[in-house]
Amino acid sequence: MTDTTANAAHFQADHGHAAHHDADHKPGFFARWFMSTNHKDIGTLYLIFAIVAGIIGGTISGIMRAELASPGMDILPGLNGGDMDAANHMWNVLITAHGLIMVFFMVMPAMIGGFGNWFVPIMIGAPDMAFPRMNNISFWLIVPAFLLLLGSAFVPGGTGNGAGTGWTVYAPLSTSGSSGPAVDMAIFSLHLAGASSILGAINFITTIFNMRAPGMTLHKMPLFVWSVLVTAFLLLLSLPVLAGAITMLLTDRNFGTHFFDASGGGDPILYQHLFWFFGHPEVYIMILPGFGIVSQVVATFSRKPVFGYLGMAYAMVAIGVIGFVVWAHHMFTVGMDVNTKMYFTAATMVIAVPTGIKIFSWIATMWGGSLSFQTPMMWALGFIFMFTVGGVTGVVLANGGIDNNVHDTYYVVAHFHYVLSLGAVFSLFAGWYYWFPKMFGRMYSEVLGQLHFWLFFIGVNIVFFPMHFLGMQGMQRRVPDYADAYSYWNHIASLGFYILAAGMVFFFLSIIWALVAGRKAAGNPWGEGATTLEWTLSSPPPFHQFETLPKVD
Amino acid sequence: MKTFLSLIAAAAAFGMAPAALAQQAAVPEAPAAAPAKPQPVVAAPTAPGSTAPRDAISASSQASPAQPEEVSGADTADKAPSNASVLSSSLARTAPDATVGQPREDRIGFQPQVTPIGQEAAWFHNAILMPLITIVSVFVLLLMLYVIIRFRRSANPTPSRTTHNTLLEVAWTLVPVLILVAIAVPSIRLLAHQYSPPKADLTIKVTGNQWYWTYNYPDHGDFEVIANMLSEDEAKRRGEPRLLAVDERVVVPVGATVKVIVTSADVIHSWGVPAFWVKMDAVPGRLNETWFKTDRPGVYYGQCFELCGARHAYMPIAVEVVPQAQFAAWVASKGGTMPGSPQMKSGDETATSPITNPGAAAAKPAVGTGPTPTGGASGATETTPTPTNITPGTAKPAVSTQGAAESRRGSN
Repeated sequence: MTDTTANAAHFQADHGHAAHHDADHKPGFFARWFMSTNHKDIGTLYLIFAIVAGIIGGTISGIMRAELASPGMDILPGLNGGDMDAANHMWNVLITAHGLIMVFFMVMPAMIGGFGNWFVPIMIGAPDMAFPRMNNISFWLIVPAFLLLLGSAFVPGGTGNGAGTGWTVYAPLSTSGSSGPAVDMAIFSLHLAGASSILGAINFITTIFNMRAPGMTLHKMPLFVWSVLVTAFLLLLSLPVLAGAITMLLTDRNFGTHFFDASGGGDPILYQHLFWFFGHPEVYIMILPGFGIVSQVVATFSRKPVFGYLGMAYAMVAIGVIGFVVWAHHMFTVGMDVNTKMYFTAATMVIAVPTGIKIFSWIATMWGGSLSFQTPMMWALGFIFMFTVGGVTGVVLANGGIDNNVHDTYYVVAHFHYVLSLGAVFSLFAGWYYWFPKMFGRMYSEVLGQLHFWLFFIGVNIVFFPMHFLGMQGMQRRVPDYADAYSYWNHIASLGFYILAAGMVFFFLSIIWALVAGRKAAGNPWGEGATTLEWTLSSPPPFHQFETLPKVD
Repeated sequence: MKTFLSLIAAAAAFGMAPAALAQQAAVPEAPAAAPAKPQPVVAAPTAPGSTAPRDAISASSQASPAQPEEVSGADTADKAPSNASVLSSSLARTAPDATVGQPREDRIGFQPQVTPIGQEAAWFHNAILMPLITIVSVFVLLLMLYVIIRFRRSANPTPSRTTHNTLLEVAWTLVPVLILVAIAVPSIRLLAHQYSPPKADLTIKVTGNQWYWTYNYPDHGDFEVIANMLSEDEAKRRGEPRLLAVDERVVVPVGATVKVIVTSADVIHSWGVPAFWVKMDAVPGRLNETWFKTDRPGVYYGQCFELCGARHAYMPIAVEVVPQAQFAAWVASKGGTMPGSPQMKSGDETATSPITNPGAAAAKPAVGTGPTPTGGASGATETTPTPTNITPGTAKPAVSTQGAAESRRGSN
């Protein structure tokens, strides 16, 4: 019987940490935050970075929802001096930036860089990551990556300033279709972000395989660590393919190659295969750590160990493996032969099985538990249901014959926002409130947290649920204006955004309130349900934890 | 959710119902007007009636022989008064039916499907997938609500320590597998049907351009039609939906299996018509093939579904499905020829055509006849009221004359 729990009683040598660390040497401000090799500080930097990127990406969605609130071009022409082509191009720049920012600079840094860095070493009883300096460069690569992407908005990209290719950067729109340096800058941005993630992935894999405390076998690792391990493998195997693909874009653009240019013997569809060979694992990269966070949170607030631990762990492994062989379901309309389409239909549906195992195991974890509904638990509960909704529409989309009609419509937008904006982001907030006391040593305000949850929950559902209707009625993605028949539900969706934004006000209020007035958090504020190693440490943990390794039995 | 489903079902059923065959109100008293005088844009009221002006091109095509039967067939046309101004123009520019072929604000399901594939797919979704995902979601929701209420801390202060139940775990692995297998059967069947079209009756080549569509009819003399979006005012004047209406529709005969070859001249576009359940990417260097077949005349709108640059939102598609005879007349008006009669003289090409349409429209196949290839209208080629520029290089001059002149028809 696997016992995934560990608590202070299991430890041989964790006495006297506090006393010891009073003498702990902390570097000065600059050295600590700009040259950091400490996994917790780097994790904090990642979280700050993700919040900044999230503010920018969220503001962009606000502009988009304002533009879409009513038919006609309302906002963007005003920002472009009435030039309609520039306004339309700006729309494309906004959707591109929103996608890239949220994927590469918000969700990934927060999940893997932030929570992964903070808690993977602690949860396996390690003093730090395996390669602390590489950890540092992982973070400092993503900052210039972000700056390159933001900078690309201010240089020519074809019809106007900025890269208006969509986050998928499909050729030939991204090659012959976009002159000017904007797309090159966006490609370099992805290169740097990719390099950052690959280095991070190497670091996590090495750390998890080599630095587990005595007794912490793979089958005793907390599920969050399992999720980061699987994620790191996905990153390691998929990102080089993206790097290759966008490098080929770059040479097509600048050096006269024709990888994706049919007139030179290349094939635009090749780019899509390469991109989605990365892109599909990427969506699991964004959601798997969320699975891990939700598992921790649900177990903690049910005061009950995770149900079906091994099934949960290997379901994530299965999702990771299958995630590599389903990519072409993103390309059902490119003109595939029927056998390929049948294969990708069937393979894609298979993913529903391990996903279902996870959903049911979370419910079974709660079954018989003693549930309390603090803010992290609310986010986790929201996650489970919303991810189910996003998952079942994924089963619909998996059918190549059905996808034919809803491909590139708002149905797809609704689907992936249900699994990402309501899935990944909900798990991020669950992790944020769950670990906030641990990371910052202060309790957040339960009232503000609950307000944040409820407003956000109501808001995102109002934003995204009507998009199913729009998509089924045929509204295509990535358009700044739409036929008048789509105006009602678009208007509703835009109203939902204001509710969501109001919720985010409480997010920031709760941070400020907690840091200013929050009461000091105990080492384990969640009680007996919180059994992983981070709760055995003080809040915040000492600058270097586990100088004497804990022993897990 | 039940209401939701029945709503969708009702919508689909409605779509299937023979709605007003609102086409070809070929104006009976076609006066032989002077050809192609550029007309100032007059804000003609969309209001009903035959008072709406008709322009020279339409009039001249009216002048060609053998239209009376079609006129008699247009009995239902005036059921949709708002379409009258469009109907009045010409060689019967079919008025759009607000219930089919375009999105509607009061609908939340799929657009009514008018092709066999669309009907099969919509059935698969509405009868199998939609109930299934609704049940799964509601089941998960109910389980969660039960757990939340029953096992809240105040109700259940002492948690159990159960962490395994092999039977349960096997069950929730196998049951989804079985459900998915059950889904896979109709899903794979649908795919097989999509990829086994009947023998094509005609072929259309669709080329995506930034930012308009061109259509070639290789079986009909390979004439070309260029479709640009109508301006907002123009669409309103014609009683067509904004951002969906085009100047030149792609016209196909009812009941025919239409093979669509899709490609692109620049970046990737995607040619999609929701009411047909058709969507195919237009990829430069590739000839993608898809098909559709509908027995229901009407106008069906679609859009470009793949981000293709700044005006991605402004390259709509309008497919006009018309009776065979009207199709022949339209082909002739474009300078094309019907297969089997290169010179378009005899009226029998429709009789020999493999199209067998049981509908009323096809009951008079021999009529299609006659319109000799008009030389097209002389005159201005550059009067398309659309905001889009036609790239000169992609349009054959003669054809673009046709297209532009045609587009001017009805613009009065």
